Amino acid sequence: MRVGEAILPKWWRTIDRGSLFCILILFSIGILLGLAASPPLAAKNGFEAFHYVKRQAVFGGLALLAMVVTSMMTPKLVRRLSVIGFLVAFVSIALLPQFGTDFGKGAVRWYSLGFASIQPSEFLKPGFVVVSAWMLAASQEINGPPGRFWSLVLMMVCCGMLIFQPDFGQACIVFFGWAVMYFVAGAPMALLLALAGLAVAIGVVAYGHSEHFARRIDGFLYPDFDPTSQLGYATNAIREGGILGVGVGEGQVKWSLPDAHTDFIIAVAAEEFGLVMVLIIIALYMSIVVRTLLRLMRERDPFIRLAGTGLACIFGIQAFINLGVAVRLLPAKGMTLPFVSYGGSSLIAGGIAVGMLLAFTRTRAQGEIGDLLRARVR
Amino acid sequence: MIRIPLRPLATILKARKTGKNPDDIERANIRQRHEDMQDESRVRAEGRLLVLGMLFFLGFLSISGRMAFLAASEPSEPKVHSFGGAIHAQRADIVDRQGRILATNMETASLYARPQELIDPKNAVKQLLKIFPDLDETRLLRDFSGVRKFVWVKKKVSPEQKQAVYDIGDPGLLLGPREMRLYPNGRLAAHVLGGARFGREGVHAAEVLGAAGVERTFDDYLRDVANYDAPLQLSLDLSVQAEVERLLAGGMKVMNAKGAAAVLMDVHTGEVIALASLPDFDPNHRPVGSGKDSDNPVFNRAVQGVYELGSTFKIFAVAQAMELGLVNPDTMLDIRGPIRFGRFRIRDSHYLGKELSVSDIIVESSNIGTARIAQMIGVDRQQQFLRDFGMFEKTSLEMIEASGGKPLLPRKWTELSAMTISYGHGLSTSPLHLAAGYAALANGGYQVNPTLIRKEQPTLGPRIISESAAKASVVMLRKVVTQGTAKRYGDVPGYAVAGKTGTSEKLKKNGGGYDKERVLASFASVFPAHDPQYVLVVAMDEAVETVGLKPRRTASLTAVPVAAEIIGRVAPLLGMRPHFEPQVLTNVELTAN
Repeated sequence: MRVGEAILPKWWRTIDRGSLFCILILFSIGILLGLAASPPLAAKNGFEAFHYVKRQAVFGGLALLAMVVTSMMTPKLVRRLSVIGFLVAFVSIALLPQFGTDFGKGAVRWYSLGFASIQPSEFLKPGFVVVSAWMLAASQEINGPPGRFWSLVLMMVCCGMLIFQPDFGQACIVFFGWAVMYFVAGAPMALLLALAGLAVAIGVVAYGHSEHFARRIDGFLYPDFDPTSQLGYATNAIREGGILGVGVGEGQVKWSLPDAHTDFIIAVAAEEFGLVMVLIIIALYMSIVVRTLLRLMRERDPFIRLAGTGLACIFGIQAFINLGVAVRLLPAKGMTLPFVSYGGSSLIAGGIAVGMLLAFTRTRAQGEIGDLLRARVR
Repeated sequence: MIRIPLRPLATILKARKTGKNPDDIERANIRQRHEDMQDESRVRAEGRLLVLGMLFFLGFLSISGRMAFLAASEPSEPKVHSFGGAIHAQRADIVDRQGRILATNMETASLYARPQELIDPKNAVKQLLKIFPDLDETRLLRDFSGVRKFVWVKKKVSPEQKQAVYDIGDPGLLLGPREMRLYPNGRLAAHVLGGARFGREGVHAAEVLGAAGVERTFDDYLRDVANYDAPLQLSLDLSVQAEVERLLAGGMKVMNAKGAAAVLMDVHTGEVIALASLPDFDPNHRPVGSGKDSDNPVFNRAVQGVYELGSTFKIFAVAQAMELGLVNPDTMLDIRGPIRFGRFRIRDSHYLGKELSVSDIIVESSNIGTARIAQMIGVDRQQQFLRDFGMFEKTSLEMIEASGGKPLLPRKWTELSAMTISYGHGLSTSPLHLAAGYAALANGGYQVNPTLIRKEQPTLGPRIISESAAKASVVMLRKVVTQGTAKRYGDVPGYAVAGKTGTSEKLKKNGGGYDKERVLASFASVFPAHDPQYVLVVAMDEAVETVGLKPRRTASLTAVPVAAEIIGRVAPLLGMRPHFEPQVLTNVELTAN
C-alpha cells in the first residue's frame, strides 16, 4: 500500500475496472432500450414520449453515484452500514402490511412516496447477504458464535416475510444468495450429494407417477405456447428480431407487452437490435459475475469472500432468471434485469449492491508477502 | 489424527521458567490453527467459487444458445382473439345411411373491426348499414369510436357482402375466414341433428360446437381433427325421413293436431330409420329454448315426450300372459264390467259382449279383458316384464335429449296400477320406448336398443320373451288391422301391416281426471306381419277428425290413416317388394263376391 495515496487514484487503481466498465455499458444499454421500450407506457399514462427515459437517467445517475460512493468504502464500513441498512429494510418490510401499497397488483410490496415508490425488498437483499456473510464468517472463528444457525434462521424469517407479501421471486433470490454463501463457506459434501440425489429422485418419481407434473415438464420441454400470452409475444419478438433486429424504433412487441420496459425488456432488445445486442447483454452479465467470482478466489478474508459471492450471485441469478424466462428456459416469473430494466428503487438498490460488490473486490493486500516472509507454504 | 494440545506442557514449562505469559502461547497456538483453518477453507472456497463461476458461465451460455435458436426460427402469426390452444374448425360431416350429406361445413367469412385503424368510423358505419340493415347503428358507432380494440361486426357474411365490405375500403374493417355448419336439407331431421353454435371465436377460425341432438352427443368425435375425413354415419335414411316428415305434417294438418311424432325402426338392429317430431325447426337457425317446454319446436316429441300411450300397451300384457302359459289366443275370458276397484271403475269404450277370446280382446281393444289378464299376471311379474322391454329407463338413443325421455312410473305400483298399466294408463313413455317394445315382439323376442348409428350387422339383445309368444302377438296385431280397430284405414296392400291403436285421453290441465276433448292418438305398427322388418309408431297430439257431424278423436281415424299412408310410401323406398299373404288368396269367397 502506498502511503498517503489520494483517495480517487487509489480507488481507480484498486477497483475492478473491467466490471465497472461492464456496468456502465449495461446502464447505457438500459437507457438506449428505455428509449425504445418506454414510449408506449408514457403514452398510456399521458406523459410525453421520453418521460420514463428521463426518470431512468436521473435514477441511473443516482444509482451510479451511490455505486461509486459505496465502492470507495472499506469492507468494514460497508459491513456496518449494511447491517444498519438491513435492519431498516427489515423493519420496513415488516411494516408494509400497514403502510405499504400494492398499486393494484395484488401484492403489497411498495411504499408510495408520491413522486416515486420504494420497494424495500430490493434493499433487503444486499443487506441480508452482508449480514449472513458476517455470521457465516464469524462461525469460522475458533470459539466463534453459531453463525450458520443464526443465518439460517435469518434467511427463513426473511423468506417468510417475502412469501407473505407474496413475492416468491425475491424469496427465491434471498434463499439462493444464502445457499450460495453456505456452499462457499463449506457446506458438507455429503449434504450436497444427498440434496442432489434427493432432487433427482423426486423428479424421476414425480415424472413417472404424477401425470400433472409430467405434463408441466413436457409442456416446458416441448412448448406449445399461446402466441397471445406475454411469453408468446416475447418469443415472437425474439424471432422477429433475428440476427440484426428489425431496426431502432421499428419494434412492435412493446405495444403489446405491458411489461416491455421491465420484465420483458430483453424482448424489445431482441426485436429492435437483434441477436447481436442480446448476446452483448448476456456477455456483460456473464463477465461481471464470472470475473467477480474469479477475483474472490484470491480473497483471504472469509467475510469479504462470502459477501462478495452472495452479492455477485444474486446479481447474476436475477439476470439469469429474467433472460431465462424470456427464452422459456425457466417457468414464468417476474424479475427485473439489473441496470437495464426501468425501475427507480431497483436501480438504486442495484447500484448500492454493485458498489458493495466493487468495494469487496478491490485489489488489496492479501498477506502474500507475510507468507513469504514467514515461509508459510500452503 | 494427532491432536496438538492447545497448551503444550513442555513449552509452557519452558516459558514459565523464562517468566513469559503462558496465555500468549495459547493465543499463538489458536492463531496458528486459525490460519491453517482459513487456508483450508480458502482452498475449498476457491474450488467452489470456480464451480459457481462455471455454472453461471454454462447457464448464460445456454441462454445465448436458446436465444440464437429462437432468433433463427420463423415467427408465428400472433392471433388476436384466441383463448389458448388452436381452434380446429374442421368438424366432420354427418351423413345418412347411404352416405348422403345431412350436415357439412361451408366456408364463409366473418367481419370484424379494429376501431383504432378505422380511417373514417362514421362513414364505415354508414356503409356497413347499407350492406347489413339489421345492424344497430348507435351501438356500432359507440364501439367504433370508443377505446375498444376489437369489435365483431358480423359472424357470417356471404361472398357478395364480403365484396361490398372490401369496396368500403376502410383498413379497419377486416375479414377472416370462417367455417360454418350447414344443414343443406333445411328442416329435415332437425331434431336428430340438433344444430350447432360457435364456441371460441378467433379471427382465423371459430370453434363449432354441437348445440343439441347428435351434434351434441358426438361433439368430441365430430370435433376431433383425426375424424375429419370420417363422417359420422347415422342410421337415418334421408329419403325415408323426408317422406315420413312430409306425410306426418300433412296428417297433422288434416287432423288439426297440435303436434305429431313418428319413429320408424329396424326391428333386427334397433336402427332408427326415420324419426320425426312436429312442429320442427331449421337447425341452420336453431331457435332458442331449452327444449323442456313441450310447445317449443325444439322439443322432441318422439324422444323427450312421455305420454300415456293407451291401448297400444295391451299387447304387452297379452304377450306376457301367453309367455307365462296363463292363456292362449283362444282362451275365453269373462269381460263383463265394469270392474269396480274401490272408487275406480274400469270399463270398455262400448259393450263388447260377455266374454271374448284373448285374441279378440286385442282385436276389439277391451280394457276389461286386459285388466283381467293383468290380474292373472300380478304386479311383480308385470314390472319385471316391462323392465325387460325397457319401459323403466330412458332409451339408449344417442341423443342428448334421450335422457329427458325417462318414463313416468306410478309412485306405488298397486294391483290397480297393474290393471290400468296393462291398457296403457298410469305409465308414461316416449313413442320411442313403444317402438323399441314392439320391435322386440316383431323380431321374435329379442331386446332392442334403439340407435341412431348405422349398424352393419343385426345386433340383437338378450331374449326377453319366447319366440312363440312373440309370433302369436304379431298374429294378433295383424288381426287388429284385418278385422279390428284399424280395419278401415290400417292395411296397406302388399305390406301386411300389423298394429295396435291407442287413444288415450290426456290429463286435464287443471288436474282432476282425464279430458275427453284432448287425446293422444297413436298407432304402433309392424310390417310385414309374416316376416316383420320395421316398426312404425305414429303419435298425434290432440288430433281431431272433423269430417263428420261430430268431431271424432279415435286413433283409428287419426293416427291409423297417417301411419298407413307412411307405410305405403316408405316401404318401396326401403326396398321392400309388395307381398301378398297366402290367407288372402285362400279367402276365395270374398274375392268371388
